[in-house]
Amino acid sequence: MTTQTPAILPERGLADRLTALFWRHPRLLLAVLLTPPLLWLGVVYLGSLAALLLQSFYSIDEFSGLVKQEFTLKTYAELFRAQNLDIIIRTLVMSAAVTIGCAVIAFPIAYYAARFAKGKWKAVFYLGVMLPLWSSYLVKVYAWKLILAKEGIITWAAEGAGLSMVLNAILSIPGIGGNSLSTSPLGTFLVFVYVWLPYMILPMQAALERVPASMLEASADLGASRAQTFRTVILPLAMPGVIAGSIFTFSLTMGDYIIPQIVGTSARFIGLAVYQLQGTAGNIPLAAAFAVVPIVIMVIYLMIAKRKGAFDAL
Amino acid sequence: MTAAVEFQNVSRHFGPANAPVKAVDGVDLTIAEGSFFAMLGPSGSGKTTCLRLISGFEKPTGGVIRIFGQDVSDIPPNRRNVNTVFQDYALFPHMNVRDNVAYGPMVKGVDRRTREAQAEEMLALVKLEGYGDRKPGQLSGGQRQRVALARALVNEPKVLLLDEPLGALDLKLREAMQDELKALQARLGITFVFVTHDQGEALSMADSLAVFNEGKIAQIGTPKEIYSHPRTRFVADFVGSSNVLAPEVTRAFGGPAKWASLRPEMLRVTAADGVALSGVVTGLRYLGAGSRVTVAVNGTEVAAQLPAGQAVPEAGAVVGLAFDPSALHVMEGER
Repeated sequence: MTTQTPAILPERGLADRLTALFWRHPRLLLAVLLTPPLLWLGVVYLGSLAALLLQSFYSIDEFSGLVKQEFTLKTYAELFRAQNLDIIIRTLVMSAAVTIGCAVIAFPIAYYAARFAKGKWKAVFYLGVMLPLWSSYLVKVYAWKLILAKEGIITWAAEGAGLSMVLNAILSIPGIGGNSLSTSPLGTFLVFVYVWLPYMILPMQAALERVPASMLEASADLGASRAQTFRTVILPLAMPGVIAGSIFTFSLTMGDYIIPQIVGTSARFIGLAVYQLQGTAGNIPLAAAFAVVPIVIMVIYLMIAKRKGAFDAL
Repeated sequence: MTAAVEFQNVSRHFGPANAPVKAVDGVDLTIAEGSFFAMLGPSGSGKTTCLRLISGFEKPTGGVIRIFGQDVSDIPPNRRNVNTVFQDYALFPHMNVRDNVAYGPMVKGVDRRTREAQAEEMLALVKLEGYGDRKPGQLSGGQRQRVALARALVNEPKVLLLDEPLGALDLKLREAMQDELKALQARLGITFVFVTHDQGEALSMADSLAVFNEGKIAQIGTPKEIYSHPRTRFVADFVGSSNVLAPEVTRAFGGPAKWASLRPEMLRVTAADGVALSGVVTGLRYLGAGSRVTVAVNGTEVAAQLPAGQAVPEAGAVVGLAFDPSALHVMEGER
């Protein structure tokens, strides 16, 4: 009955020898896999961050314009000068507004994709969300400048629909308005929301996908209205995704230096300040100190989020 | 007695109107108040859809559903005083056990002190005192099941729906929970509607049960009626795997020329000579609490169940079969 197959199969060269080696020493494979990314993360990534941090504790000599390599908190103190504090607050407010704007727009899209889209429509969703990422960031921003310009399609459409009054009323609101959409903080906000939206939708969708349908049914079954289910079940369970998305939108906005140059009032944001300080001004320490600000803000933000229980569902 | 739940010609069709999938197809059903009602059937037979129609997660495409006499066609789930124990329990992972149980009162606006006291009381009812601060992820399957039960019962529902609640538990735990559920129902007097594909569970727990097949009710009655008088071939076969005899075989077994059911445990294996029925043993199966012997009688295989301790014939032996004529049950239809 038994055929002539051996109980142990012969080794077929290097691949089998490596497989045997990894089978005998499982940690070896892990080490081989993890060494390159850890080197990258540890040396290149965290290393440069450490270098940046170090630079921010140096200062610039006011007479020679050279960097004095001595430990000092002078550069950080400079951050609190009115004009610099202005930049920080402006950036913070814009980042928060962009994050909230993205979250509000992203939620229904992510919810639809996670709950209802199936098969073909799911593919359409991914394509629709990712498509804007395929084209150049600069082109998109310039396109928006044209869209928002005084001669642009929005002004034209508002005139056509007899809504010029509304547009002008919005533009006359101090703080967010301006001469035209393309030269107002509102315009900067719209472009930011547009370019970072996919980074909010995708993590949100992933988080919502992990909420079982029976959870929502259980909530309704126990007497909750839709609003209560949203507040007490969907939102807490999707929170890690919302936080992940907000980290993207928040930190991307805080670090961006192109959009505020092209669309808006050309008031400076942190990214732009860093760009100018390390370039034309040659003030690397202050640029580094500015660059530390978003990091500190993100750490504070995450600590508050954690204390509020945003990661309980992880 | 009022009917807790009443179905009048209820249908739930899915898909296109020209070729619908008839998950539930013209079901008439009355569940008496205070009863323990089981919906039994194979997967895809429509039993779970019926349960979801009562809770409101599905809307009927035809017919009328009444809960305590009220038409619930336009009533969303959150306003039906009916609670469900879900198959996967659906406990909220971000809340501790106490907050899970107190969820119903919480969304109804009961203050924290009161609802937490209610939750503790319910946890005591399901024997989980002191577990309030744990997260669902820290509990075993059986404990999660109890939390789900407590979370539903805290709302004092008029009807409690249980969707295969014991399916995920191991045998020992399942039997213990069966007894507990039964005792709980007797104590609380709430109408329980219980979906299961396990015929043993349905027979042992329910006051009355409906056997589902292909979206329709094949038979409805007490467990005893259904077991001893299956109306159709499907019921006879699904509930307790009976010998289903074709008309000509029934005739050979001494009955009328109609489909009939004969339970294996009603058959006795005897010596071959001097009996009306005899055949060759074609299969033997050891069951622990007895043995099952398959005997080929004129080409028809008939199973007989022998109690433990009784001598078991050898395969290939010629044996006789005997039974009480009243055990031969004649059926009406096939489905």
